[in-house]
Amino acid sequence: MKTDTAPLIRAEDLSRRFGEFTAVDRIQVAVHPGEVFGLLGANGAGKTTAIRMLCGMLPPTDGRIEVAGVDMVRHARRARGQIGYVAQRFSLYGDLTVLENLKLQAGLYGLTGVRRRDRVDATLHLLNLTDRQAVMAGTLPLGYQQRLGLAAALLHEPQVLFLDEPTSGVDPMARQRFWELIYTLADSGIGILVTTHYMDEALFCDRLALMQAGRIVAEGEPETLLRRPLPTPILELDSPDAVIFERLAQDWPEVREVIPHAGQLRIRLHAGTDPAALRARIDQAATARRLTVTALHPATPELEDAFVAVLEENDG
Amino acid sequence: MNPMRASLIRLRVLLGKEFLQLLRDPRMRFFMIIPPLFQLMAFGYAASFDVHHAEIAVVDQAQTATTRELLAAVAATGSFTLHYLPDVATASVSIDRGQVRALLRFAPDFETKHTAQIIADGSDSNSAQMITGQLSQALQHSAQTSAGLDPPIQVEERAWFNDNLDDRPYFVPGIIATIVLITTVILTAMTIVREREFGTLERLLVTPVARLEFLVAKMAAVASVGLFDVLLISVIAVMWFDVPFRGNIVGLLAGSGLFLMSTLGIGLLISSYSDTQQQAQLLAFFVIQPMVVLSGFAFPIQNMPEGVQWLTWLNPLRYYLLIIRDVFLKGSPVGTHGFEYGMMAALGIATLLLSLRRVK
Repeated sequence: MKTDTAPLIRAEDLSRRFGEFTAVDRIQVAVHPGEVFGLLGANGAGKTTAIRMLCGMLPPTDGRIEVAGVDMVRHARRARGQIGYVAQRFSLYGDLTVLENLKLQAGLYGLTGVRRRDRVDATLHLLNLTDRQAVMAGTLPLGYQQRLGLAAALLHEPQVLFLDEPTSGVDPMARQRFWELIYTLADSGIGILVTTHYMDEALFCDRLALMQAGRIVAEGEPETLLRRPLPTPILELDSPDAVIFERLAQDWPEVREVIPHAGQLRIRLHAGTDPAALRARIDQAATARRLTVTALHPATPELEDAFVAVLEENDG
Repeated sequence: MNPMRASLIRLRVLLGKEFLQLLRDPRMRFFMIIPPLFQLMAFGYAASFDVHHAEIAVVDQAQTATTRELLAAVAATGSFTLHYLPDVATASVSIDRGQVRALLRFAPDFETKHTAQIIADGSDSNSAQMITGQLSQALQHSAQTSAGLDPPIQVEERAWFNDNLDDRPYFVPGIIATIVLITTVILTAMTIVREREFGTLERLLVTPVARLEFLVAKMAAVASVGLFDVLLISVIAVMWFDVPFRGNIVGLLAGSGLFLMSTLGIGLLISSYSDTQQQAQLLAFFVIQPMVVLSGFAFPIQNMPEGVQWLTWLNPLRYYLLIIRDVFLKGSPVGTHGFEYGMMAALGIATLLLSLRRVK
């Protein structure tokens, strides 16, 4: 890592409007070498539009983008030579083999001859695809297709990697391995921007930005975001009678929502409510109906809770 | 790296990819070879305006020596197969059923009135016209001969370039034009829309590839399929159907190249208006059909209303057909058709520019 002042991806006041609709509203993004930056948000929050602009696929309405020191708006094609991109769905050629796809991609980045062969062999090896190189890409299982997508993005040794929901639909084991690889790549100094809607994946990122209605509404390291005090207290109730408690809790005025979660109940209270009031209600119900309460304690905040709090705050 | 060299590398790998995809896909191989052969067989063997062995009902109510002599003369021409029927009612049933295409009737008073009646099945107007014409000509001719009269004037008919006025040398070269039109418009539109549908185009555009490089590779591949079909059909036309080839192969290839600019442009334009391959196919059909009808492929342009004739000036197929028929049948010097080549070049450039503007 050189210095914190030289990010590989830098977007300033980036906006994109489609007619009256503002899909991305003056966002700032900075991703440094070796950093994994996560962009989170619901569908329609503007993640995809943002990543499309950062990759040079969509010209911004306003703002500046610099990728690996090249102005992406004015010199899009030169800047695109510095980036690797993995799309959400498989978008290489299903009617070409793994090897043919990689050779095509290498050629598109100007690689030829020995250099092309070396890079293709190296990425095949890195992504464990060597014994599948003669297989038609369209017949590969999803996990392999995802790896092929990453292989194709790494052939030209880009400084910056964009991953648009790279693990959607991939099984957990494959996701785990995929992330290990992402870390290896980041350790080698690549700047990585990834969009996801898996909260557990978001925790793997060095830094996170949450998007809502085109704006970045929260940003920081996952630990910092987790430490933010929650305006709405959450209690965790462990009980064999969780189903009954769930029904009861719906009607209590202090309760904002009840979320069944791994055999437990997460009971979220309205802002400013005293958790003691809820404890009293639970005790009362347990005695009256002879229900068992195994444990009741304040919940460990999860990233999702932090984000829900932010989103609700913004909805006003 | 030198940007020019990088661009050439990209074009080369893109072109390689296009050919791999075209040649590997069984549907594409089918599309390149079977429809041209099928059209050749259909037009080479089946389509004809000529009248051969037309089935004719004869109702001879006069039954005189003259009528028998006339009928014998008509039968001797070889163009008609005569069926003798007892009355008009039976004959009209035969016409209704489509068993005969015309009725030739001699009334009982033929010897005094000297009138023969021909009733044709007008539901097929073109054959009806040909049959009534040929039949009455045969009747007139044999009447004059049997009366020992010379016709008032002698008309000496001769057709240049196609002595027997066969339909085959007229239709078969024209198939080249329609096949090239259909194949290249549909291939261009479908393969571009497919790349958009599958997201491969967008993926391609995050690499340093320029949109134009992508389109050039795509069109070059489709154009070579078009030229392959030109050669395939030409060889079969000459070797199998004995269609003469009197002109210059360079003239044919130059005309094909200029025509391809228009068809590739039209294909690209269609792709820019289609979100799915089905839409592209349907749109292509709506564009191709009127182009063929208004080209002179089957219906002479001279017979069209004047306004429509003006419209055909914008139809590149019109010029390409003229050049192809010339190359096969007439063999006039290439320079003779400078206007046609020029019009195809102009229409080609206009279509390409328009479509490139659309896809930007």
